[in-house]
Amino acid sequence: MKIKPQIKQKIAFTLLGLAAILVIIPVVLILAILIKRGLPAISWQFLTEMPRMGMRAGGIFPAIMGTLCLVIGAIGVALPLGVLTAIYLVEYAKKNWWTRMIEIAIVNLAGVPSVVYGLFGLGLFVIFFQFGSSILAGSLTLAIMELPVIITSSKEALMSVPRSFREASLALGVSRWQTIRYVVLPNALPGILTGSILGISRTAGETAPILFTVAAFYLPRLPKSVLDQCMALPYHLYVLSTQVPNVKPALQYGTALVLVGMVFLLNIVAIIVRAHIRSKKQW
Amino acid sequence: MRKIREFVIEKIILLNGFACILFVILIFFFLAKDGLALFRFVTIQDFLFGTLWNPLAEPPQFGILPLLLGSLVVTLGAAIIAVPLGMACAVFIGEIAPRWMREVLKAGVELLAAIPSIVIGFIGMTMLGPVVKNLFHLPTGLTALTGSLALAFMAIPTMVSIMEDSISAVPRSYKEGSLALGATHWQTIYRVIIPAASSGIVAAIMLGIGRVIGETMAVMMLTGNASVLPKTILAPVRTMTATVAAEMGETVRGSEHYFALFAIGLVLFGITFFINFLADMARHRKKK
Repeated sequence: MKIKPQIKQKIAFTLLGLAAILVIIPVVLILAILIKRGLPAISWQFLTEMPRMGMRAGGIFPAIMGTLCLVIGAIGVALPLGVLTAIYLVEYAKKNWWTRMIEIAIVNLAGVPSVVYGLFGLGLFVIFFQFGSSILAGSLTLAIMELPVIITSSKEALMSVPRSFREASLALGVSRWQTIRYVVLPNALPGILTGSILGISRTAGETAPILFTVAAFYLPRLPKSVLDQCMALPYHLYVLSTQVPNVKPALQYGTALVLVGMVFLLNIVAIIVRAHIRSKKQW
Repeated sequence: MRKIREFVIEKIILLNGFACILFVILIFFFLAKDGLALFRFVTIQDFLFGTLWNPLAEPPQFGILPLLLGSLVVTLGAAIIAVPLGMACAVFIGEIAPRWMREVLKAGVELLAAIPSIVIGFIGMTMLGPVVKNLFHLPTGLTALTGSLALAFMAIPTMVSIMEDSISAVPRSYKEGSLALGATHWQTIYRVIIPAASSGIVAAIMLGIGRVIGETMAVMMLTGNASVLPKTILAPVRTMTATVAAEMGETVRGSEHYFALFAIGLVLFGITFFINFLADMARHRKKK
C-alpha cells in the first residue's frame, strides 16, 4: 500500500515536532527540579554568609563573590582583545591565507576542551608566569577561553553595519579609524554587548578551567588581592556534590539554583537585547 | 600628529588579529612542553596502546587505551542520540514551526546551551543516575550510557544552531522550484533542502562531537570513573577529560603522573584540533 504524500508529511511533521519538544524538556525539567528543591534553601543568610562547619552549613557568599571577580576579570581582558580582533578581521583584513589562518585559529580556540584550558592556564599563568593559583591566573585562562565567543559575535555585529554608512563617512574625508570609532562601533555596540553577555554567562558556569588555576576548596573569607585564591560557584557545587560527605541536599540544590539563576538571567538579558535590536533596526 | 595616531592604532589592531594564532601556539607549546616529557620515562607505544591506567601502582602504568575507548564509547553514544534529535529539531525550527513557536524553541535551545556542565552533572547524578540504575537493574547508575544521555543534550544546542543556519541559508528559489513542481513540503525538505544544506549539517555534527569529546565536568560526575576497558555501555567508564580533571589535583609537579596528564591533554588537543579543522573545511566549502 502506498501512503499518500500528504499523510506522510503529517506523520513526519508530527515526529519532528515531538523531537523539538523533547529537546526542550530537559531545560524545563532541570529548572523545575532546581526551583522546587533549591528555593527553600535560599535566604538572605544563604546568599550573604560565609560557609561554616566544613561547608555543611552557612552560606555561599565567598563563592558568589569569587565567581563575580573571575567573570569581571575575564571580560575585562577578553572584551577589548576580542572586539579589536573582530575589527581587524572585518575592517582591515584582506582575503588571504593569513586571514584564513586567524579564522582557523579562532575556530580551534572555540573547540579546545575546557579541561585543556585548565592545563594551559596551569602551565602558562600559574607556573611559568608564577602567578600561583590566583584570581589573576583564573581570569586570564577564562578570558582566552571566551575570546572566540566574543570575536564571533562582534564580527557579526560589525558586518551587519551597512557598507553605505562607512562610505558616507569616508566620503566626508573622515579617516578610517575615526569612521570605525564614530560610525561603525556605535551601530554595532548592541550586538557586541549581546555577545559579551553570552560570553560572561558561559565563563560564570565553567569549572574545569578554574580547577587548577584558582579555585579554593574551602576558603571562608573574601579574596584580598588578585593574587589570592578564591572560591567559585561552579566549583563549590562540584565540591558539595562529590567531595564532601553528608551535605544537606538543600545546600547543593540551593547552590545550583543560584548558579543557574545567574547564568539564565544573563542569557535572558542577552536575548531581550537582541530582540530589541532586531525590532529597532531601520536598515 | 593625527597620522601618527592613526598609524599606531592600526598597528595595535593588526597585532590583535594575530593574538588568536599566538594563543593556539601557546596552548600547544605548553601542553607539549610537559606532555612530551613523559616519553623520557614511557615509550609512546606503551602510552597509546597500554591497556592499564594506574598511576599509583608500582611501577606506575600509563596506558591511555582504556581512557581513549571510554571517551570513544561515551561520544559515540551521545552522537547516536544527538544527531537525529538535533537534525529533527533544526528542521522543525527552520522550516515547519510557526514564527512564535520558532522563537520559543530557539530560546529554549539557547537556555539548554547555557546550563553549566557542572549543573547537568549534578542533576544527572541525582536524577538520571537512579533512573538508569533501576531501569537496567545495575549496581550503579553511573555508566557510559548515563554520560552519553547527558552529553547528547549538551551537544544538541551546538548542532541545532549551526544546522538551522545552514538550512535557512538554502536559497529560497530551490524550495520554490520544488514546491512549484508539485512536491509536498516534506518531500522538498528531505529531497532538496537537506541535501543542499548537507555540508553545514556535517560541520554541525562534527562540532557537536568535538564538544562532547572535550566535555569534562558532567562526564566526570556521570560515567562512574572506572579506568577499565569498557565492555558494554552499561558499565562505568572513564574518559580522558575526566582523568585529567580528577587526578591533576593529586599529582606532584614534575612527576611522571603530572607529565602523563599533560600528555593526555596533548592528545585531546590534537583530536579536537583535527575535528574542528575538518568541520571548518566542510563549512567553508559550502560558501564557494
